[in-house]
Amino acid sequence: MVPAALVLALAFAAGAAVAAPGDAVRGEQIYARCLACHALAYDRVGPRHCGLIGRRAGSVPGFAYSDAMKASGIVWNAKTLDRFLADPLRRVPGTTMTYAGVPDARERADLIAYLAWAGKSAPECKAAQ
Amino acid sequence: MSSFLAISDPQAARRLFLGRSGLLLSGAAVALLAGRDALAAKSGGAHAADVRILNTALGAELEAIAAYQLGAESGLLQKPVLGLALQFQGHHKEHAELLSKTVKQLGGKAVSAKANYNFPAHTLKTQADVLRFAAGLEQGAVSAYLGAVPLFGNRDLSKAAASILGDEAMHWAILRNALGEDPVPVAFVS
Repeated sequence: MVPAALVLALAFAAGAAVAAPGDAVRGEQIYARCLACHALAYDRVGPRHCGLIGRRAGSVPGFAYSDAMKASGIVWNAKTLDRFLADPLRRVPGTTMTYAGVPDARERADLIAYLAWAGKSAPECKAAQ
Repeated sequence: MSSFLAISDPQAARRLFLGRSGLLLSGAAVALLAGRDALAAKSGGAHAADVRILNTALGAELEAIAAYQLGAESGLLQKPVLGLALQFQGHHKEHAELLSKTVKQLGGKAVSAKANYNFPAHTLKTQADVLRFAAGLEQGAVSAYLGAVPLFGNRDLSKAAASILGDEAMHWAILRNALGEDPVPVAFVS
């Protein structure tokens, strides 16, 4: 569960390039869409999300990324996540994240706020640090 | 032909209904496989993109099979929940088999199950924990298929993915119901 008090500060910290700060509480609900392939603390069909903000794309040790993702040169922050999540296959053609994306900018901002909060404060991520 | 609606015995009606549902799903599977002539006419690039989508779905299905195995072997599930879990696992096995065959028909290499999955087994202490874990996976699967349906170059594949999406949504609803939650909380899935 996301403590509401942390939401705005973390959203601003991670999301300076996003037009409006996201709401991590709402973002946690949107994150449920990711749970077929992702988890915070461990790799699944997709890589783990703890430590995502600031990480170079394709760099989780031991995870079998697509060549496209490894060569993307992306470093994940609010701006790059926003662009990628809007249309993953257009942003990184050849990615194995074969998902149409999150077209709604508000939902993307909320999701990114949650990812930023989780990376710093979710118990699973704290335990993994 | 008898109708399950006309059968007074609920158990017999359920068996007949489920049997017919299986026939419907098998029909969708046949439609997918029968589309290979049309698939063959597509360009290699379109094939490669569709294979990537199918393989991502296959990876998730294989993981779901392993997750239900973990739940079944946990000793935490009691009947009739255990039976449901095994039934749902069987559906995922059918999905995986179909996806794997289709990848191969498209000339791709189907992904295999991992030797080990990093499930949070230490957090599963009660039947409700297992059900909640499974419900999260099924909800995610609904979203994943919804996000994949518009991406296929071949519309037969979109149709087959939508058929699987419907099955995952039924799993999710039943699991929510078993947890005492509203089984269908919204009019649209996302």
